Amino acid sequence: MTEMSKIVRTITAIAFPFSMIYGLYVIAHGHLTPGGGFQGGAVVASACAMVLVAFGSKWTLDKIKEKRLSVFESIGAIAFIGLAFFGLIFGAVFFNNFLVGNDYLFGIIPVVGSGLADINTAGVIPLMNFAVGLKVIAGLFAIVLVMAYATTNYKEGKK
Amino acid sequence: MSKRNLVAAVFFSIVAVIFIFSALLMHPFGVLDESDMDDYVIENTQEETGANNGVTSVVFDYRGFDTLGEATVLFTAVAGVIMIFRRLKND
Repeated sequence: MTEMSKIVRTITAIAFPFSMIYGLYVIAHGHLTPGGGFQGGAVVASACAMVLVAFGSKWTLDKIKEKRLSVFESIGAIAFIGLAFFGLIFGAVFFNNFLVGNDYLFGIIPVVGSGLADINTAGVIPLMNFAVGLKVIAGLFAIVLVMAYATTNYKEGKK
Repeated sequence: MSKRNLVAAVFFSIVAVIFIFSALLMHPFGVLDESDMDDYVIENTQEETGANNGVTSVVFDYRGFDTLGEATVLFTAVAGVIMIFRRLKND
């Protein structure tokens, strides 16, 4: 995929940080507001795909390699399964929410009923949101990047 | 009408009759047959998981195995796409 015109590139450079911050907000507030790791990761991956379309696959592949994205995705998967196994070790069962109720990290239990949200709640759920969000960002962006790069080489006749 | 068209017509009319009867047998919108699980989640999710968002607490806590399978599906899709298109890149 070759790069597009200067107008498209400028608009992409303006719109990219806002999309990125919105997606990261959806991931970070997954236990308080609608959304979560999957949805916010899809938003961030869409922003990265917009950059890929506007600037071309060669430029994007110079900035980040798809091997590094694979490493990030594996880190997310290992963190997710590791948190589930920590539930088996510190609690009773697999996927136990062992962090809820403590005093230092994500441990506050909110008042029952509708009320103002505190980000320092929900135990292990925010950490799992971060892990799944990292996994979805890296996975979807790696798919789009590899497909775009392969199509570019195929069109230029190099195969 | 050929034999093939006849078989297709009989098959699709049977499927249409099944769909119409299942649409007539649906219970009204918003009225559940068994609502014990829903009531439990709505009443206890803030005390037990500490999350204000009930949907996320179900996805990541009560039904964690479902999310684990979803993540595995995504991992498999990424691995398959990279495996197919890497060959096209290196040749």
